[in-house]
Amino acid sequence: MSWEIVIGLEIHVQLATQSKLFSGAKVGFGAAPNTQTTLVDLGMPGALPVFNEEALRLAVMFGTAIDAEIGKRSVFARKNYFYPDLPKGYQTSQMDDPIVGLGHIDIQLEDGTTKRVGVTRAHLEEDAGKSLHEDFDGMTGIDLNRSSTPLLEIVSEPDMRSAKEAVAYMRKMHAIVTTLGISDGNMAEGSMRCDANVSIRPRGQAEYGTRTELKNINSFRFIERAINIEVERQIDILEDGGSITQETRLYDADKHETRSMRSKEEANDYRYFPCPDLLPIVIDDDYINTIRAQLPELPDQRHARFMEAYGLSSYDAGVLSASRTMADYYEVVQGACGDAKLSANWVTGELAKYLNANDVDIDNSPVSAQQLGQLLTRIKDDTINGKAAKTVFEELWNGAGEVDAIIAAKGLKQVSDMGAIESMVDEVIANSPKQVQQYIDAEPAKRGKMLGYFMGQVMKASKGAANPGQVNGMLKNKLDAMC
Amino acid sequence: MSYTTITQLSQGLKDGTFSSRELTQDAIADIKSRDHLYNSFITISEDLALAQADAADQRIAAGQAAPMTGVPIAHKDLFCTQDVRTTAASKILENFIPPYESTVSQLFLNAGAVTVGKTNLDEFAMGSSNENSYFGSVKNPWDTKAVPGGSSGGSAAAVAAGMVAGATGTDTGGSIRQPAAFCNLTGIKPTYGRVSRFGIVAYASSLDQAGPMTHTAADAAMMMNVMAQFDPQDSTSMQVDTPDYTASLNDSLAGLKIGLPKEFFEAGLDPQVAAATLAAIKQYEAMGAQIIDISLPNLQLCIPAYYVIAPSEASSNLSRYDGVRYGYRCDEPKDLMDMYCRSRAEGFGEEVKRRIMVGTYALSEGFYDAYYLKAQRIRRMIKNDFVKAFTQVDVIMGPVTPSPAFDLGSKTSDPVAMYLEDIYTLSINMAGIPALSTPAGFVNGRPVGLHIMGNYFSEAKLLNVAHQLQQVTDWHLQQPQSL
Repeated sequence: MSWEIVIGLEIHVQLATQSKLFSGAKVGFGAAPNTQTTLVDLGMPGALPVFNEEALRLAVMFGTAIDAEIGKRSVFARKNYFYPDLPKGYQTSQMDDPIVGLGHIDIQLEDGTTKRVGVTRAHLEEDAGKSLHEDFDGMTGIDLNRSSTPLLEIVSEPDMRSAKEAVAYMRKMHAIVTTLGISDGNMAEGSMRCDANVSIRPRGQAEYGTRTELKNINSFRFIERAINIEVERQIDILEDGGSITQETRLYDADKHETRSMRSKEEANDYRYFPCPDLLPIVIDDDYINTIRAQLPELPDQRHARFMEAYGLSSYDAGVLSASRTMADYYEVVQGACGDAKLSANWVTGELAKYLNANDVDIDNSPVSAQQLGQLLTRIKDDTINGKAAKTVFEELWNGAGEVDAIIAAKGLKQVSDMGAIESMVDEVIANSPKQVQQYIDAEPAKRGKMLGYFMGQVMKASKGAANPGQVNGMLKNKLDAMC
Repeated sequence: MSYTTITQLSQGLKDGTFSSRELTQDAIADIKSRDHLYNSFITISEDLALAQADAADQRIAAGQAAPMTGVPIAHKDLFCTQDVRTTAASKILENFIPPYESTVSQLFLNAGAVTVGKTNLDEFAMGSSNENSYFGSVKNPWDTKAVPGGSSGGSAAAVAAGMVAGATGTDTGGSIRQPAAFCNLTGIKPTYGRVSRFGIVAYASSLDQAGPMTHTAADAAMMMNVMAQFDPQDSTSMQVDTPDYTASLNDSLAGLKIGLPKEFFEAGLDPQVAAATLAAIKQYEAMGAQIIDISLPNLQLCIPAYYVIAPSEASSNLSRYDGVRYGYRCDEPKDLMDMYCRSRAEGFGEEVKRRIMVGTYALSEGFYDAYYLKAQRIRRMIKNDFVKAFTQVDVIMGPVTPSPAFDLGSKTSDPVAMYLEDIYTLSINMAGIPALSTPAGFVNGRPVGLHIMGNYFSEAKLLNVAHQLQQVTDWHLQQPQSL
């Protein structure tokens, strides 16, 4: 049987406010346990929440960016459950009246088409603290630094039909929130996390299958893997005549499996009710329109502009506009060297390779956009060739100094002196009689490939400094003349 | 022999008749020698009180005294006081010492008042007789066989016994006014949002409001001048200017329109209480007031609605007492669930557990609409009854309680009979309007209170109306014979 996969995502985005959602405590990652807390975050008797209006601004910014209805009267509700790192015994969230209503985003599929994915709602809520199970000799430590950190929970419609679409959706959300600057989007630190609702149904069936909710997905890579492994599990069960249990499952990246956390029967009854300590948030059109007018260029707009203004492919433009920092970086490089395509190749190629290999964000790249622009300028003006440029890049990455100084220190300046090149070419031809004979004997169509050997020898003789374009042309002329 | 009022103490301190240290030492000695009769204090903070008294004496000597400077008072043990144990009369907070000060107690510190200790109450302010205290029942100074009322029974008894001239209380469904009526005091529940709730152990957040309990309306006005301030730490605190509540005490009542709701005088009201109440109201005719019959048709609905809303909020508010961070934790818990269950089962008293269970049930999935939402609709109907009434009249008057103070133990086995005690007071909290109780005579030697209700933020008018009655009657000055 052919199965259709149905996926909806719930993404939690940590909002980039200075202080917490309901207290004046600083928001930050990595501080000593329980040092970034107030009475409110600790759930002390008599402590009362005070809403941080900056979180409202960021949430409305998000809502306008995805063309959503904005709740002019939104209400905080308490979600009641007991957990040691939930200090009040309830999470302050939004239920019936969220700040952001129905909206949508467009994702780009692998076949180049665009798909619209609905966003059901996005609401403000506070994060819980953390339970620390190590280092306490069989006991559990509680760190409430994260308690009351502002989150925007973005709930999608069940519109995605493959793990790849889910990843594309998550990437687009990441691009939007980082472009808006409403979150740092740092998935490793938990600033952006996602739960996936996954079900399958026979292709052509209108009703949805029973879904499971996958928790604890904290990287783009894991979204795809977790969904695929869960889909396989569901297919196996249904094809064996079984049925899916509605439940919450945990994705275990180490074991590459999902396992049951709790079933629907065991699910908490959260006893939502409006929080009596907080007044409804009431905003007007002026508030919304002011924020809408200040929106930065969004990823889709930038994508389109990169294609139009720079002649980039949709793919390159998509990669480069996937985050605000990446796009900003690219535009600086492009501006410095004036070659959009070359800039795109280097930013998505060499730079991305180093960033990934070293697990560094582009904002922390040791090679600045100005430096890369300068490097590409030196390729453009024939000072160095591409191979030498990679050497310079490595030196830049290692902090060896500026582009021109590295070129000079390493003697990488390209030899474009025709006389010097000619003598090296002649020497290589003279020292390679066997290869020359093979070249002469070959069919003309295959001679191009055979040129590589001679190129390599000449570049080696020049210690990589010869202008490859000139070498290539001269070799071809001389060898062809011998045929 | 008569009570000493805050007004008199303030004058004596100002004139140098006595020092704050003398007053404070006397008050503490008095409490130590006599309070075993009433059990009105849970904690005496002697050292802190004497230090505050000395500071007050210096302030008076420096000519920088405020009206309350140097006057000894007590706080209901629901107000968090820094470095002074705050129990809410519960085992679960038996040893809780807050590292912070409630806004109300801080305002009294700022005014130079001296806090001699923390008074007994029904556990978490849940009760109408002060029999629900982990620290034992409070006895009514007018008759130690009788209850003092609740939940602010300790504050009421401490003032009625003459140990302090004023004390703070909180009123969620009548917890200031009912004990004030039972103990022959003036007690006012201000408009919801008039006095900050920050640092008051929460019972039902949308109903809780703090107020003073004193012998006279003039004293209550002095305390209100300190307490009634906007507080940015409480999101439900209203940014309304605070009048000088003492300035309008002597305003003429000529032309005052007094509403008499027929529903306050129907079956269930002790005829002698009804007679005393009507006799007190009659006094106002001589002052030029006009008495108008009105109707508050939804009054009867306030009890079921209150006993859904208040327990619902309480069930959530009291979730933080989980044995994790502070307060009582059971011995040797087997696991997390055992710790939760036993800490709470052992730490909370019967009435608190009953209300947590009722509230948890009312908020449960499938019952929420039928209970919580319906109760909220009733609440709006009750509020609308009052809003409508105040288009016709300036104040509303009636009894505070159906009968005078009942005997200790007489209603403890029948929670519903106990709940009916609050029939006249609950609706005020549901509507959020201010109301006070002022002495209105005696029935069989036990005091009766007159209930005066006003429109939002009309506290100055209510105090004026009560003060005028106290100018032509002396009930408020009478003392129990045992004194």
